[in-house]
Amino acid sequence: MAQPKALLIRSPGTNCDQETAYAFEQSGATADRVHLNRLLEKPELLHDYQILALSGGFSYGDDISAGRIVGSLLRHHLMDAVKKFHEDGKLILGICNGFQILIKTGLLLADDEQGLPSSTLAWNDCHMFQDRWVNLKTSGNKCVFLQGINQMYLPVAHAEGRFVARDEKTLNALEAAGQLCLTYAANREGEDEVTFPDNPNGAQRHVAGVCDETGRIFGLMPHPERYIDRTHHPRWTRGEGTDPGEGLKVFQNAVAFFG
Amino acid sequence: MTLWEVDIYPASGHVDRLAASIVADAEDLQIATHLEIATAHGFLVQADFDADHIKLLADQLLVDNVVERAVVAQAGEAILAETPSAIYDRLIYVMPKPGVMDPVAQSTQAAIADFGKPAEAVRTFRKYWIGGLDDAQTQRLVTKLLANDSVEQVIYGPMDLERLSFGKSQPFELKTVNIRSLDDDQLQLLSKEGQLYLTLVEMQTIQKYFQQLDRDPTDIELETVAQTWSEHCSHKTLAGKIAYKDEKQELHFDNMLKETIFAATQQIRKSLGDDDWCVSVFKDNAGIVTFNDEYNICFKVETHNHPSALEPYGGANTGIGGVIRDPMGTGMGAKPICNTDVFCFAPPETDPGSLPQGVLHPRRVMKGVVSGVRDYGNRMGIPTVNGAVYFDERYLGNPLVYCGNVGLIPVDMSFKEVKPNDLIVAVGGRTGRDGIHGATFSSAELTSESESLSGGAVQIGNAITEKMVLDVLLEARDRNLYNAVTDCGAGGFSSAVGEMGEELGAEVWLEKAPLKYEGLTYTEIWISEAQERMVLAVPEEKWPELQALFASEGSEAVVLGKFVPTGNLTLTYNGNTVGELDMRFLHDGRPPIVRDAVFTPPATQPLTLNGEDGKSLGDDLRKILSSLNVASKEWIIRQYDHEVQGGSVIKPLVGVQNDGPSDAAVVRPVLNSRKGIVLSCGMNPHFGDFDPYDMAASAIDEALRNCIAVGADPSKIAILDNFCWGYTDRPETLGTLVRAALACRDLAVALGTPFISGKDSLNNEFSYFDEHGDKKTIAIPSTLLISAMGQVDDVSTCVTMDLKQSGNRLYLVGLTKDEMGGSHWSVVNDKLGGQVPQVDTDLAKTVFGGIHAAIQAKTVRACHDLSEGGLAVAVAEMAFAGGIGAEISLDNIPHQLESPSVVQLLYSESNTRFVCEVPEESAAAFEAALAGAPFAHIGHVAEHKELVVKQGETKLLDEPIELLKQAWQAPLNW
Repeated sequence: MAQPKALLIRSPGTNCDQETAYAFEQSGATADRVHLNRLLEKPELLHDYQILALSGGFSYGDDISAGRIVGSLLRHHLMDAVKKFHEDGKLILGICNGFQILIKTGLLLADDEQGLPSSTLAWNDCHMFQDRWVNLKTSGNKCVFLQGINQMYLPVAHAEGRFVARDEKTLNALEAAGQLCLTYAANREGEDEVTFPDNPNGAQRHVAGVCDETGRIFGLMPHPERYIDRTHHPRWTRGEGTDPGEGLKVFQNAVAFFG
Repeated sequence: MTLWEVDIYPASGHVDRLAASIVADAEDLQIATHLEIATAHGFLVQADFDADHIKLLADQLLVDNVVERAVVAQAGEAILAETPSAIYDRLIYVMPKPGVMDPVAQSTQAAIADFGKPAEAVRTFRKYWIGGLDDAQTQRLVTKLLANDSVEQVIYGPMDLERLSFGKSQPFELKTVNIRSLDDDQLQLLSKEGQLYLTLVEMQTIQKYFQQLDRDPTDIELETVAQTWSEHCSHKTLAGKIAYKDEKQELHFDNMLKETIFAATQQIRKSLGDDDWCVSVFKDNAGIVTFNDEYNICFKVETHNHPSALEPYGGANTGIGGVIRDPMGTGMGAKPICNTDVFCFAPPETDPGSLPQGVLHPRRVMKGVVSGVRDYGNRMGIPTVNGAVYFDERYLGNPLVYCGNVGLIPVDMSFKEVKPNDLIVAVGGRTGRDGIHGATFSSAELTSESESLSGGAVQIGNAITEKMVLDVLLEARDRNLYNAVTDCGAGGFSSAVGEMGEELGAEVWLEKAPLKYEGLTYTEIWISEAQERMVLAVPEEKWPELQALFASEGSEAVVLGKFVPTGNLTLTYNGNTVGELDMRFLHDGRPPIVRDAVFTPPATQPLTLNGEDGKSLGDDLRKILSSLNVASKEWIIRQYDHEVQGGSVIKPLVGVQNDGPSDAAVVRPVLNSRKGIVLSCGMNPHFGDFDPYDMAASAIDEALRNCIAVGADPSKIAILDNFCWGYTDRPETLGTLVRAALACRDLAVALGTPFISGKDSLNNEFSYFDEHGDKKTIAIPSTLLISAMGQVDDVSTCVTMDLKQSGNRLYLVGLTKDEMGGSHWSVVNDKLGGQVPQVDTDLAKTVFGGIHAAIQAKTVRACHDLSEGGLAVAVAEMAFAGGIGAEISLDNIPHQLESPSVVQLLYSESNTRFVCEVPEESAAAFEAALAGAPFAHIGHVAEHKELVVKQGETKLLDEPIELLKQAWQAPLNW
């Protein structure tokens, strides 16, 4: 098919949209950065696109809690359009703040029986914003965006990224369904015990990213768009790192899905 | 209307992190050792809601049910005062004072409306349950930790508010100030009590002007003159007439800055001829230089010291917010691409009992400043890539907060020009009572009463408002919708409109300004320093499109007046003329004052080494590594997003475990280009106690060293000066400043390194009365920050400071001299005297050129400059950053020492020196690149993990790098 088109939603405080758009473009998609207001005025804009992406940043300043206000706007005004988009077999990606938004909409992980989110991204255990690189490993092959990826080395940069499920039962169910698809690891082998700062926020079961039941909606705290060039790697001057960077594969997988 | 209160607690089983951090801080500050505390945060919502609707809002909007639990009731209901546990016997609410920016409340109010029913008002609060403290301890806890009186109100016990208050509209009343008949004493009193902070001569000049006009000024006219003439806005001291005298010369300046620092830049530009790469210097909000065919880059560093002393979070927050608006307001508007920040604090271990009245503890200041910069920079999506922190007891009353920003601007957008009849358009945040008198206040000395006197000068920022402006501003620029732009900084509209309309004239309709709340007078509207505002000059025919563009993203834009070719500044409020000033009087009417400046070199005193010195080199090394100026700043760096925008090349932390101290940061601002910007800084207030000339020269050398060490081209580095000084009306203090400026001039010219912008902050002194009732004054050490912006054509040529490979050679480049004065070795060993490091500019030019050639020839695997702690610290840092040992010998170090001692060889802080790691096979090429510069092969990267220093066959030092690293990391690992 033709080159897939990605729509990146910009809202007040969104700030990783340009480099995320660039990563999509480097992967063979076209990318439009569209203000949320345009989508609220005309939800059917979505139909022209194959990929919906929510990039990092501080939408509405993380006021109340990270992702809450845009999540609430999506719930109130765009749910039908986004659900239709998803049912059409298209892809939705949320990175960092985008993940925080998605988890508050109920799109990524279904709400519980009372209509409340089953999981959240809470304040980091260290109670501080943290910018650092982490080792990640994948599990299962449900997630479209993680196809062919076993491990990655990516930066995180957030204050509210600690994945917490309502209870043990919820966690077990998500794990059994293969939805806890990306986790923090101690090293590339992913075998040693994981402690801070390997797990930078204290997430339960070291969860760094989750997908929905179809594998076509994916949210993650690390920033794949910040490792698409060898010189992004913190130790490239030591000869480490790959070209392109390991994060690009996430975007390439999205493009390949429509290939 | 009902006032609802929503209290939000951590759910059972979840940690109360705020409480935990307060307990730790209370212990650090010696407030309480057995504090019992539980915290909640929450919202007051004034609305016509029933209980069901507020519960729905709590469930779906305000509370995260997975990790939080809520108590919802009408304010004042008993359930809200039910203690969560019997161990707590006090309840305290802390909330922003009415009128203080509360960004979360603003967002929440908008989000509530989206649920179908609007709320009339929202305010946030924090709620503390406390046990185990008496009244006095509680009071201390509240004032020292829980609340800041300058911006927050405290309610003891159950919430007693029934309504959230609003401003009330005031009837219009034109105020005039009787100035014509005042005598000199009365003029001075008016200046002080009106917070104008003008000198007597200036007051007399204003008096004469209005006597000639045969009328008294209105309040707004007087305020406008005071702001325009304030030190903060006009830099009247440094750009004024100065008679300078030192041990060698007498100099008379008509405009000191122009004749030293600016003149140096002009000279360099002239000598570069067609290759001049400066674009716009010392005239716009930031200095601009060329970058590539498509873009120029601009750079500005500002200080926000006085506000940060009173309210560290808000002061630093608006400091970075303000400096980001400088590139946004440069030319036709630049895109901000990276931040830098440099802080100076008193030591965090300062005894809390020793603090003078009115001074916040340095630990609280530091935490507040760091988080203020963090929250604004991160929210703006601008990486904070470079910085430094310095500690000295003399920063106790005046912490320094330098914030800088680099912007990327299309080549053809680098200049602006206001056209006659352009509309004056205000965009961004609304105007409130915040920041009144900021410009005049920041030009005054702080006292123990400043907090109550000038609390209004403190502002809290809202980064998202600024980000929204940025998003549409650049779009408007690219659509060519305006002719000029500037930011509203100190002085608010008064300063922004006054500057933009200086050549033409302006007419301002003050009632048009959007207000945060009712009740502001026309003068308050005019001088408010509310944040996140910018002013545009918009051709009338472009206004509808510009207005629509801003509205489309929810950012406010209003017409505030018109630039008119009258030569006058005319201010009206609902049709009443409230002010009419001649622009020439405003901008050129300030009386010239000749200030005296004297510098007498302090008596030199040799630093004598005795037999014991050098016996415990390992202890010395560990002490220097764990001295606060040298110690790792990772705790701060990790809190700043240094990778957003996707152009990170060299991060502030480097090495095998990503935790070594990088010399400079490199970013690639254009994602499809390989060209990079290098950012670094240099500063050494210690050296200023010896000779400010050498301090300034050393700071420039250090900033350049840092830049060049990662790969910047020394022939294209632009630098900025930021002077933070004491009370410059004292000739001795002004003398030290002039002397530093002379060094800036000399070094810039000699090295071909132009200054492109700068700023000063004077009168950084704190006065208080001690327990005997005697007046004491603490003056900061003279502190010059040099910020450097270099460039690399291809970022793949960059190098970092961490050792890479066993067996590689280590070279020392540069000359080691007997320059122990002000060194960290002398500081940790309590030694006085000695020669402070100087700069030999001929040598520096050769060494810088050689290092760059060697890096370009790809012969260098690691490069680190020698600064605090000299050779020993540099090699130690390289070793532990690389996770690998090093062996060096002191036998053939290039030096100019009469009788070299190990202390001098290892710890002298002579300028213009580097250590380079060079593979054996590149050694010949490396040495060829450095031909003409002094250098020596001093050792190699080891197989083991020790730092070994030898002289002859004697091992002088043998330290495991892991222990050295621990010493370096421990002090500020908070």
